[in-house]
Amino acid sequence: MAFTLYTLLQTAILCTNAIAVLHEERFLSKFGWGVDHGVGGFGDDPGIKAQILTLIRSVRTVMRVPLIIVNSACIVLLLLFG
Amino acid sequence: MDYTATQSGFRQRKLQPNMRLRTNLVDGSEGSQLFEDTSGAASGPQTGYSNQQPGPQAAGFPGQSILSDPMSNLAMAYGSSLASQGREMVDKNLDRFIPISKLKYYFAVDTVYVGKKLGLLVFPYMHENWEVSYQQDTPVAPRIDVNAPDLYIPAMGFITYILVAGLALGTQNKFSPELLGVQASSALVWLIMEVLAVLLSLYLVTVNTDLTTIDLLAFSGYKYVGMIVGVVAGLLFGRPAYYLSLLWCCVAIFVFMIRTLRLKLLSEAAAEGRLVRGARNQLRMYLTMSIAGAQPIFMYWLTYHLIR
Repeated sequence: MAFTLYTLLQTAILCTNAIAVLHEERFLSKFGWGVDHGVGGFGDDPGIKAQILTLIRSVRTVMRVPLIIVNSACIVLLLLFG
Repeated sequence: MDYTATQSGFRQRKLQPNMRLRTNLVDGSEGSQLFEDTSGAASGPQTGYSNQQPGPQAAGFPGQSILSDPMSNLAMAYGSSLASQGREMVDKNLDRFIPISKLKYYFAVDTVYVGKKLGLLVFPYMHENWEVSYQQDTPVAPRIDVNAPDLYIPAMGFITYILVAGLALGTQNKFSPELLGVQASSALVWLIMEVLAVLLSLYLVTVNTDLTTIDLLAFSGYKYVGMIVGVVAGLLFGRPAYYLSLLWCCVAIFVFMIRTLRLKLLSEAAAEGRLVRGARNQLRMYLTMSIAGAQPIFMYWLTYHLIR
């Protein structure tokens, strides 16, 4: 119940890490969520599954480098200050 | 001298189009109307803001003879021009991160609007027309239309909620000043998570809506009014009064959110009440219901520990 902004930041980093590690070929294809399953509808209604896949792919592409930086900073800070 | 003249001229030319852009964003005559004081008092804050800078400086110094010395006059003029340039630079850079002109729209309220809106939040059953009126493609300022969202009530409600929470914890002998900060950051975190969840679900359902993030923040902040009413009733009259008033406010905010979001999220036909089949409309209806249903849950979650 006693949430602070620091826990919000931690949650955000952990969730973004979790989304970024979902590998397409090794993992998502086994569930039918791979690259070929996403782009189905070309109408004005892509559907929820296509939106989720687009979201996962865009998080992976956009946040790859910032996540490396943020994770390294977190590791260093946790090692130094516990 | 010549170099500084051209330099200041160049900076002036760079800054002037920016200022023109900002007043265009507030829409010219609409900008002065945005902050026109409809309660009949003195002139609004926008015209006062630009006059503030030369005003006190001219008024403060005429009687002092030590400053009639030309050297200190020059220094004062230079200092004031430096200060105004610094302020313009800060404003320009701040405007890049926080859209201040858009925020100004949400605070253009007056007492009549606040009164009507608070009444709507507690008793939305008699109000018939929930549409926001537009004026040349931009939504009308809140002071003119009672259906427009604003940020004044959510901001004041949040601060009042923190103070009332401190009061309630004090009656349980659990108060300490750090607890106020803990309450504030908890409520803020829940608010941010709720707005992010709503944004995510709006993205997933691909709703074409003109709801901005600030609109969602405003709608999520309206529940603080109900929470305050419930907690104050509980403090004054005991637990049954707390539960009764919270129940009333929960139902009221549920109806308020459904009626407001219906016009923004659902398609035209479904919003008018006709039954429209189709998976997408059903999904949008579920989305509206769940956003409205999350409000009472948060209201209870954030106040139950205050009334023990």
